Amino acid sequence: MTTDTAYIRDTFVPAKPAPGRTGGPILWLRTNLFATPTDSILTVLGVVFLLWAVPPIYNFIIGQAVFPGGTVEDCRVEGAGACWAYIHARFNFFIYGFYPIDQYWRPNTVFVLGAALILPLLIPSAPFKRINAVLFFLVFPVISFYLLSGGVFGLPYVPTEQWGGLLVTLIISLVGIICSIPLGILLALGRQSDLPIIKTLCVMFIELWRAVPLITVLFMASIMLPLFMPTGTNVDKLLRALVGVTLFASAYLAEVVRGGLQALPRGQYEAGASLGLSYWKRTSFIILPQAIKHVIPGIVNNFIALFKDTSLVSIVGIFDLLNTVQAASSDIDWASPTQAVTGYVFAAFMFWIFCFAMSRYSLWMEHRLDTGHKR
Amino acid sequence: MSQMTEAVATGTARHSPMQISQTDVAIDVIGMHKWYGDFHVLRDINLKVMRGERIVIAGPSGSGKSTLIRCVNRLEEHQEGQIFVNGTELTADLKRIDEVRREVGMVFQHFNLFPHLTILQNLTLAPIWVRGIPKAEAEATAMHYLERVKIPEQANKFPGQLSGGQQQRVAIARSLCMQPRIMLFDEPTSALDPEMVKEVLEVMISLAEDGMTMICVTHEMGFARQVANRVIFMDQGQIVEQNDPENFFGNPQHERTKLFLSQILH
Repeated sequence: MTTDTAYIRDTFVPAKPAPGRTGGPILWLRTNLFATPTDSILTVLGVVFLLWAVPPIYNFIIGQAVFPGGTVEDCRVEGAGACWAYIHARFNFFIYGFYPIDQYWRPNTVFVLGAALILPLLIPSAPFKRINAVLFFLVFPVISFYLLSGGVFGLPYVPTEQWGGLLVTLIISLVGIICSIPLGILLALGRQSDLPIIKTLCVMFIELWRAVPLITVLFMASIMLPLFMPTGTNVDKLLRALVGVTLFASAYLAEVVRGGLQALPRGQYEAGASLGLSYWKRTSFIILPQAIKHVIPGIVNNFIALFKDTSLVSIVGIFDLLNTVQAASSDIDWASPTQAVTGYVFAAFMFWIFCFAMSRYSLWMEHRLDTGHKR
Repeated sequence: MSQMTEAVATGTARHSPMQISQTDVAIDVIGMHKWYGDFHVLRDINLKVMRGERIVIAGPSGSGKSTLIRCVNRLEEHQEGQIFVNGTELTADLKRIDEVRREVGMVFQHFNLFPHLTILQNLTLAPIWVRGIPKAEAEATAMHYLERVKIPEQANKFPGQLSGGQQQRVAIARSLCMQPRIMLFDEPTSALDPEMVKEVLEVMISLAEDGMTMICVTHEMGFARQVANRVIFMDQGQIVEQNDPENFFGNPQHERTKLFLSQILH
């Protein structure tokens, strides 16, 4: 009698490479574009849409566009595309606002210094992180402030009303982002605190700022606040906007960070505690590094929103990038049918570059920080 | 209560190198009660652990075993009674709690390694920041304990790259790096694949042989027989029976103990 139940393996099968991808371009088309009748219809519709949409866009941006070197008459020609010559002519206004032309070297120095300090900070393998961080977070703001506003070392005084364009957009968003991180983290920790007073204060702060539109905050800061303050005291308009944006952003950030704190297993808190680490040590070495890593997408989402929200400061009379573009669009010297549109396309592109860079950097950071524990 | 403390002295000395002090009290729990909200989880716990004792706590799930040892390093707060650890009473005083925790190591069911740190960083974090030991010295100590748990080659990996058994051995080494006087084990092998239980138990046995004061919540009855000098059986938040392993397994007295043992020893 034979039996089929017994089996003893005599050799182990060695691992071999996975079968390679088969088929050429035709098979690729079939599987990706024409797999089912619905897919085929959608593919055809997509192609039709592209044929309809791409040529006019191309013509506007490149084909019929008037490039630097062109004149306003070229832009006024019937059927002319984007008037890049106008952007070129008013470029300095978009970057510096009303900053005195002979003092452009000052914001330029700030731009170069900022880039030179922030890039090595963002590249993990770059050395001297500690010195670099001190320079960027503590020294750079002070230098920038005195360099831009002047009044010392023989530099002519430039009031913040004259600052503008991309310079102001970058100042507001960088200050907002950098100051809201520690504030937001403290608020998130406070909201989880066992101490009722701290907890209540944090909850009140977060809920107040989150429930008010940013426009209202800016209006309150620039119009109502001076009414309550004793006559004679004058807080700079830009500073008020900076404080408003920062507090607003920190309330949002606090909730994102809280999400990360709640996602951590209790065991992490307990393991830290059982080793005798104090609250602040376990928070800074164990809890926050993990919690923040979990919520990088949410944090960057906030930063991108904040970067774009800076354009709201225009309603309190600050000339940020978008406001300068808007102001220039009524420039008679360059009056043409596409003048305003070109300006907005330019502004959109500038915002997009910075936001896209933030998005890509955060994605890259997420991958870098992944230590493979989510299996 | 007096019966329970008396049983201490009856601890058998089957493993002669494991010395049990007659005078040095490591842990003293006196008339301790704990509630979760309205639920009375621990009731009238009295337990005196002498230096060098190896205690295994057994019992059905929900009987309060884990909660009891978590009270010993104040991961859980007790509401009534007293707990002394190395002579320090556990109260709401945070300083005292940290003082106790420095001297009491704990190993968890789910390892609770820090996933964002390498193995070596996991081991040196507390010695550096709690004890203030220089980094190089802390790393040397860490490597010593990694060798002791037989995985020095994993020092620069992340916890997520290790098997469960390896992770749990790292967790034991992490506690040992603080050079604690007492070790608490909270079901250290319950989350492991069957093939990995032994490697963890071997580390625990060697610790016991070195005279470490240990309290282990575990279902490994073989380990209890081999290592424990006292087995405690808990049910419904109370200590139901305690004895040396020989009598505990050979001659259980309480009905509940008999039932429990008949369920788990097939």
